[in-house]
Parts: sequence; C-alpha cells; structure tokens
Amino acid sequence: MDLQTLTYIVVGLTFSLYIGIAIWARAGTTGEYYAAGRGIHPVANGMATAADWMSAASFISMAGLIAFKGYDASIFLMGWTGGYVLLALCLAPYLRKFGKFTVPDFIGDRFYSSTARIVAVICLIVASLTYVIGQMKGIGVAFSRFLDVDYATGLYSGMAIVFFYAVLGGMKGVTYTQIAQYCVLIFAYTVPAVFISLNLTGNPLPQLGLIGDTADGTPLLLKLDQTLVDLGFAEYTAQKGGTFNMMMYTLSLMLGTAGLPHVIIRFFTVPKVSDARTSAGWALLFIAILYTTAPAVGSMARLNLTNTIQHGEVGDPQGNLVYEERPDWFKNWENTGLLQFEDKNGDGRIQYYNDGNAEFAAKAEAEYGWKGNEMVKVDRDIMVLANPEIAKLPDWVIALVAAGGLAAALSTAAGLLLAISTAISHDLLKRTFMTGISEKSELLSARIAMAGAILVAGYLGLNPPGFAAQVVALAFGLAASSIFPVLMMGIFSTKVNKQGAIAGMLAGLLSTLLYIFSYKGFLFIPGTELLANTPDNWFLGVSPEAFGALGALLNFVVAFVVSNMTAPVPDDIRQMVEDIRVPKGAGDAQDH
Amino acid sequence: MAFRSDEDKKAYWQKNLNLMFVLLVIWAVVSYGFGILLRPVLDAIPVGGVGLGFWFAQQGSIYVFLAIVFIYAKKMRELDREFGVDDDE
Repeated sequence: MDLQTLTYIVVGLTFSLYIGIAIWARAGTTGEYYAAGRGIHPVANGMATAADWMSAASFISMAGLIAFKGYDASIFLMGWTGGYVLLALCLAPYLRKFGKFTVPDFIGDRFYSSTARIVAVICLIVASLTYVIGQMKGIGVAFSRFLDVDYATGLYSGMAIVFFYAVLGGMKGVTYTQIAQYCVLIFAYTVPAVFISLNLTGNPLPQLGLIGDTADGTPLLLKLDQTLVDLGFAEYTAQKGGTFNMMMYTLSLMLGTAGLPHVIIRFFTVPKVSDARTSAGWALLFIAILYTTAPAVGSMARLNLTNTIQHGEVGDPQGNLVYEERPDWFKNWENTGLLQFEDKNGDGRIQYYNDGNAEFAAKAEAEYGWKGNEMVKVDRDIMVLANPEIAKLPDWVIALVAAGGLAAALSTAAGLLLAISTAISHDLLKRTFMTGISEKSELLSARIAMAGAILVAGYLGLNPPGFAAQVVALAFGLAASSIFPVLMMGIFSTKVNKQGAIAGMLAGLLSTLLYIFSYKGFLFIPGTELLANTPDNWFLGVSPEAFGALGALLNFVVAFVVSNMTAPVPDDIRQMVEDIRVPKGAGDAQDH
Repeated sequence: MAFRSDEDKKAYWQKNLNLMFVLLVIWAVVSYGFGILLRPVLDAIPVGGVGLGFWFAQQGSIYVFLAIVFIYAKKMRELDREFGVDDDE
C-alpha cells in the first residue's frame, strides 16, 4: 500500500473514532456525565485541557522553530508550560469558586460594569482571532501535504473542514472526544521521537536522547553544533537573541497562557475548588509529555535534515545530495511550495549552508565552487510532519503523524472559534445589546460569527505574519496584556475599581496592538508596517511577540493609578472578592 | 464563609500568599534564573555535552513547574482542612 492511501486510512480511522465517541458520549451525557454538581474528574479534565491547549503551534510548529533556533526557542518551552503555574496558583481556584460561565462574566461582575464586560469581550475576540490565524497556517501546511496540493489549496480545504467541524459542534465540548484526541496526538508525537532517538543515540527516551551520545561517542548536541558550524550556521546551543527580549518573550507567553479564555473555562467544569488546583497539575503533566519531547524532536530533525543533504565531507564535491536522487519526502514537500530548491551553481547537487555568513560564503565560493544556499525555502512548519520521513521511519508512523497534526490543529481551531462565537452571541448580543434575542437567533448569530472568523483568519492565514507558533505567540501577548492583569487584580486587590479595570485593559490591549501592527503591518497586511521588523528598531530590543509582558505592566500601572483617582469599590463587591478567596461553598460545576 | 474569626480569615489568606510567594520565587528562579540569566554560570556543569543551564531551559524548568503545581495543590488542601474551609462534603 502506498503512503498516501495509508495516510487517508489512518486519518479516516481517527476521525471516525472522534465522531463515534461524540455520538456515544452525547447519548449518555445529560444524565450521567454532566449531572448537576458532579462535573468532570480532574485527571480527565486535565487530559481534555491538554488536547484543547496543544494546537498546531505546539504539535506542528514548535519543534520546527526549535530545530532552527536552537537554544533561543526555549522561550516557547518555558513560556507555554510556566503559564500553568500562574494559572494553578493565581487564577483557576478563585475563578472556579466564583462559578460563572465565561471570563467576561467574571470581569463584568467583579468590576460591576457592562462596559468592562464589553471591553473584555473585545480583548477576548482580538486574542482568539489572532490565535486562529496561527492555527490556519498550521492547518494549511498539514492539509497541503495530506492532500498533496499547494499551500493555498490546502488552506482552503482546511477552512472548509474547520467550518463543518466547529459548526456541527459535536466534536468539541465533549470531554471524551478530547481525551481521544489527546491520545492520538501524543501517540503520534512520541512514537516517531522514540524511533529517531533510538536511531541516533540508542536511547528510547527522547528526553534522555537529547542529552545522550551518538554512535561515535560524541554527545548529540555537540555533534549538531559541529555539523552546523561546518556549514556556516550558528551553534545550535548558543544564545543568538538578546537576553532581555528572551525574558520578556517567555513572560509574555506565560501571562498569555494564564489569560487565554478557552483554557480558563476548562477549570469551571471540575467539581470542586481543590480539583481546579490539581486539574491544572494534570493538564501540565499531559502537556509536559509533548513539551519535553519537542527539544529532542527539534534537534534530531535538524541533524537528520542537514546530514541527508550534506551526507559527506563539507567541500567534497561528492559530499552533497544529487538533486535527481532526492528522497520522496523532498519531492512531496516541493509540491506544496513550502520547500524550494534552486541549482545556483548548476552542479546538479544540493548545497545547504548559511550564505548569510559572509566569511563562510566567501570560503565556500572560492574553495568549493558553491554559489549560494540552494535550499531557498525551508518552511519551519514542515519539520515535524517531514521528520519521520527524513528519518526513514515506516509508513504507518508517517501516516500517524499526519493524523496527529490534523487532530491538534482542528480541535484547537474549533475550540477557539466556539469561544469567539460564544463571546459574540452570548456576552455581546444576549447579555448586552439584544437582551430579548431568541435562542434561534442566538444560534444563528453564533454561526455567522464563526463563518466570519474563519474567513478573516483564512484570508490572513494566506500571508501569515510569521510561522504558526510565532503568530500564536502574538495572540498570547494580546491576552497577556489585556485579560491576565485584570483577572489578577480582580482577585488579589479589593482596591481596583471599574474605571481602573477598563482603562487598564484598554491601555494594555491598544499599546500591544499598536506595537505589533507597527512592525507586522496594520491588521497584518503586508506593506503597511511603520517600521522594519528588526532588533535595531525594537523598543528596548523587545520583539512584537514579546511586547505583551510590557503591555501587561502598563495595564497594571494604569489600573492602579486610575483606581486611586476615582470612586472606591462598593462594599458588596469587596465582600464578593473576599468570598472567592475561600474554597468552601463553591457552587456546582459549569458544563462547557 | 466559615472562619471561626476575622483573625483566622486573615491568617488563612496570609498563609496562602506566603506559600504562593515561595513557589513563585522557585518558578522564576528555575526559568528566568537557571534557564536564561544564570545560564553562563550553570553551563560550567556539563549535561549532555552542553550544560545545566541549557538543560534547565529545555527540560528541567518544566519538571520543576510540575512539582510546584502539585505541591501547591497538596499544601492548600492541608491549609483548607486546618482552617475548616475545605470543600469536601
């Protein structure tokens, strides 16, 4: 059986599994699983949260960024896991005690203002929509390879499937489907990693393989450093970016993790406040399995990719791969347009090196006759999907990875689209502007909102402002600067009032948006940038993806200053804040 | 609210904040400290051909985060019981 057929079969099987579980669980749901007050077990909830959380950015994109950025990509590893500490310690138990349906509900009640709720809804929509753009990039990559078409066609097919997936709704919201998706996703991620780790280091645990030795006794990471330096690249393990930027980037991802509404609402579904604390731990455990594997996947993929193209001595004319003899994965990814080769020196062989390194480029031209890097495009987002093929793993593993990538991208995209449409139909229309709206019109407006969000995200996904994980990082910056600070102040301060919260959210959101748009273009439209996106232009050397941390600081400062100048918080709200600090007396779990 | 007295209420909240503070310091030290700022120092200790700082940035910090979350859940459960404000029925 050829690879393409096998991939269709595996993807088809996993999708029938999700649909089957959705139908089975739905039949028993109302009576059994969501019976008032019982909610979902913390371990099950943790696994479902992990599936909801790990998207195309984690599954498809992150290891690719690690492969090409090396140590500097640690920001994603620490940022996207460290946020769970903030969530578990500072937010989840208190929001669970508060016991409302959505994040804007909390902000609206705590700051006794429907204006605050509307501002929170706007922040939520901006952050979630940016997040979906990142998912669309991942979906486009996955579908272009899966259907063997170019990136744009892959993206359009993906958009259509996301629309059905999210609108039918049955796939999402049912915890047991998400548990199945988690199992497929984590199996698909770890199996190739185990194989590759065994091949390269003899250690089946990728976490140990990363710090293990290769066959000739050299540690893997040192060998990778050497391989890259020989081709003019920077050392894999060296720090290339600024230290302050790294710290702000990490902080921004951490605050954003704790501020993203689709993760927070998962903690409203557990039975008790103490369960909200442990559930965050279980979620982190299930996420950590992928996140501690990712650095091994990234480093080993980079080594395998480089060694496939440069299989012999650097400078030896026989040392480079002959283009006509390129492996199948190379041809397949060329079809998507995400991998491009150009025979600059006309020798019929592929030279892949860093021609941006002037010294090495000059030497390569003079001594080896190389006329520039011939791998003119290697999209970072293809690395995880191409990895098992590069490592020559069996076809079923390759098919499995495709299924895992699609599961990750679709589940999170559907979840986010639901969050956006709920925000518009529930928080904005039903609770604020059209209180008399019928259930039927509410549902219709939710679907229209969802279709609109898919079209906008798909359009922007055609020319994404970065690789999937970077676009998603922008979304985290927006959540970090707007939502996280008011949640913190809502719980830990009795002094911050409605004027403070509204001014704080607006200051955080607008400053971060302005900063991002200045470098990435207004609404990410190419050509509308105010400044070139280079480290020299950045404020204090902070990149657009990392600015959320500074936006959050601004949010805190503005909120405290404005609160001090305006009327104090009413007594009943003060009482409410003191009440949410104590676990006893929490209401029933919310069904999401 | 089921505190025996206002002092109890204050003491409970203060103990919670103290615990959070200690754990958040550890959280910041392993990631921003060991993983980024102190990497040049820690890399003197070799791990897998590179160094402890690199290991903390890509592996170690995540393990510590996990421990922090479970320790907090356990300690808070004990604190809730001590003050009689736990949510066990």
